[in-house]
Amino acid sequence: MSAVTDTDLTREARRERLFTRINKADGYFQVLGLSWLTPALKLAAGDNARGNLSEIWRLLGVPILAILVFLAGWATLAPQVQTSLGAIPGPVQVYEQAVNLHKDAQREADKAAAFAERQEVRNAKLIAEGKEDRVKWREYTGAPTYYQQIWTSLQTVFFGFMIATVIAVPLGIACGLSPTINAAMNPIIQIFKPVSPLAWLPIVTMVVSAVYVTNDGMFSKSFLNSAITVTLCSLWPTLINTALGVSSIDKDLINVGKVLKLDTRTKITKLVLPSALPLIFTGLRLSLGVGWMVLIAAEMLAQNPGLGKFVWDEFQNGSSQSLAKIMVAVLTIGMIGYLLDRLMYALQTMFTFSAQR
Amino acid sequence: MTAASFALLATAAPAEMLDVEKDELTFGFIKLTDMAPLAVAYELGYFEDEGLFVTLEPQANWKVLLDRTIDGELDGAHMLAGQPLAATIGYGTEAHIVTPFSMDLNGNGITVSNEIWEEMKGNIEHDADGKPIHPISASAMAPIVERYKDEGKPFNMGMVFPVSTHNYELRYWLAAGGLHPGFYSADNTSGQIDADVLLSVTPPPQMPATLEAGTILGYCVGEPWNQQAVFKGIGVPVITDYQIWKNNPEKVFGLTKAFTEENPNTTLALTKALIRAAIWLDENDNANRPEAVEILSRSEYVGADYDVIAASMTGTFEFEKGDVRDIPDFNVFFRYNATYPYYSDAIWYLTQMRRWGQITEDKPDEWYAEVAQSVYLPETYLEAARLLVDEGLANEADFPWDSDGYKEATAAFIDGVEYDGRAPNAYLNKFEIGLKTGG
Repeated sequence: MSAVTDTDLTREARRERLFTRINKADGYFQVLGLSWLTPALKLAAGDNARGNLSEIWRLLGVPILAILVFLAGWATLAPQVQTSLGAIPGPVQVYEQAVNLHKDAQREADKAAAFAERQEVRNAKLIAEGKEDRVKWREYTGAPTYYQQIWTSLQTVFFGFMIATVIAVPLGIACGLSPTINAAMNPIIQIFKPVSPLAWLPIVTMVVSAVYVTNDGMFSKSFLNSAITVTLCSLWPTLINTALGVSSIDKDLINVGKVLKLDTRTKITKLVLPSALPLIFTGLRLSLGVGWMVLIAAEMLAQNPGLGKFVWDEFQNGSSQSLAKIMVAVLTIGMIGYLLDRLMYALQTMFTFSAQR
Repeated sequence: MTAASFALLATAAPAEMLDVEKDELTFGFIKLTDMAPLAVAYELGYFEDEGLFVTLEPQANWKVLLDRTIDGELDGAHMLAGQPLAATIGYGTEAHIVTPFSMDLNGNGITVSNEIWEEMKGNIEHDADGKPIHPISASAMAPIVERYKDEGKPFNMGMVFPVSTHNYELRYWLAAGGLHPGFYSADNTSGQIDADVLLSVTPPPQMPATLEAGTILGYCVGEPWNQQAVFKGIGVPVITDYQIWKNNPEKVFGLTKAFTEENPNTTLALTKALIRAAIWLDENDNANRPEAVEILSRSEYVGADYDVIAASMTGTFEFEKGDVRDIPDFNVFFRYNATYPYYSDAIWYLTQMRRWGQITEDKPDEWYAEVAQSVYLPETYLEAARLLVDEGLANEADFPWDSDGYKEATAAFIDGVEYDGRAPNAYLNKFEIGLKTGG
């Protein structure tokens, strides 16, 4: 008898442990946007079927259904709008163009390979003729593929975002700590915050070409123009949230700091930063979102070879496939924006946890 | 010479690559079919044959393209013939731009919206088959412009850039039909002083969309944007620039003077590649055009549909839907010495800048010649051609070795006014509408 109770107990304990683990994993699932996995796992582990099924329905079924309804609505409504480039493309045409873009990328890869081969032959010939000094190895110079354009966009947005963060966080801390600095900065922030990237860009362009005169520097001008425009527009959420986070620190903590006679640096690193982190991250998350949104517009005008330029070029092409290709870009932009937001959310969760410990 | 010995000669003189100073180059272009020499030189490996590694980059508009060339982001670009001249004389952004290579002849058209066309049609004579008789004069549009004026509505038309061929061609056509396209002055650069028809700038690829939106009632632009209007059913081309001025010079390949001075061999090498591309485009009676159209229709180049580009590139041009006419010389890339940079072509553009007030004061004939000589580089062109002939890649007979840079005087204009590049001031005085010397 006792043996049976024993196994029952261990089974019970194991079950408990399993559920604890599932509940712990839930935190990660939420960060990844996969929260429906929790009830699914619980169900698999033999938890009450009804509650879990309704959870799964809410977390997984409803979104999928909504997407299906959206696709169906799109597919039926789109062909009814006739533009001069033909009907608005439906999901099928957009998918076809996504495949086409992938094929274009492969074609470019083939061409790049052919180029490498030709280069190989040419250089071998030069060596055979004893003209080693004229041997050159050069990168392939084809049109950028869709993937390269996405990559350029990502690099640009992160570069701009990085500069924005480096400026906004210290400035925000200063504003939060000192009411005087805050009073000084406030009108400036309020005036520049609502300015559109399209207004900044011409100014940025002129300044960059005046200041950044070298032509074989690390960055191309179009890259800098777009990145700096991103910086100017994505600065504000971080700045404001950091200031808010810092200024709303628990007064007791500040008092403790005073009692311990902490110097400013220790005060900032040990007291201010940890307690302001959640709001700083909220600011960063907003900033990255703004930056990504702004980037597309900036790239269109600055001719930085990313997704914005892709959209612009396709619009200029005006071929029968252009609209569908632009929609591929729209969806790509949306999905990457979503992933970036998730990434920031994950970072936020990570740091906020450690801040609370 | 037999074929065998010719082949032997070709192999006996191997392409000795020039020792280029700069081999990684970025060239800009606008999505127009006349960028073809660049796309062809790249795709057929002519740039590579010269040891050049070229990136071709579409630009948003002519202003961006020019500014990026001037500040060195682009090493060279497909330019409007007026751009190097205007930049050099300091109209707009000032910089010394030169050109060793003219890219093509003709290739533009004037399109009006469907409504305007319906009204115009009544003023145009038709032949026995019921087709309008060409060329159509702007005078057919005059009553409509008059009506717009009476109703107090502006009659707007689009062109692509203040110093573009299209601006001057549209103005030429309007003025030849008795309509005033407006003057520029030192302090009013709108170009709409005294205008019957108000002209404004729209980038080429946006022309059809702007016409469709009703912002403009017509436009003058390069291909494929006239044929695009026909395909989309939003407008009707009324005249091509070939009918306004037979074999008029169109785009040029522009580089900064500084670039050509620092990189003389690179300049020669890229001119060679471009000449080869031009030869290929016109070879055997346009036999390669379909292949060229396929290249151009790729989204990284012009990107419009194959059929739209083919409509003008393969020797025909569709006016009203269904009214397809043969214009074998609609765009010429090599024959008639299309690629040789003639001083007289440069001077024609300068005369038009003076005619409409972009050049604000009278200039002596010598000034015109000097500007042309500082911008157009026929010596570089001929040097490149000589190398190609020596390598067996081009025919001796195809180049005007002894030209002094001036074309014969010609009266092949829609209004029959004779142009002689040696006497620009006398030419200006022949026009009824436009600024005159001393006036």
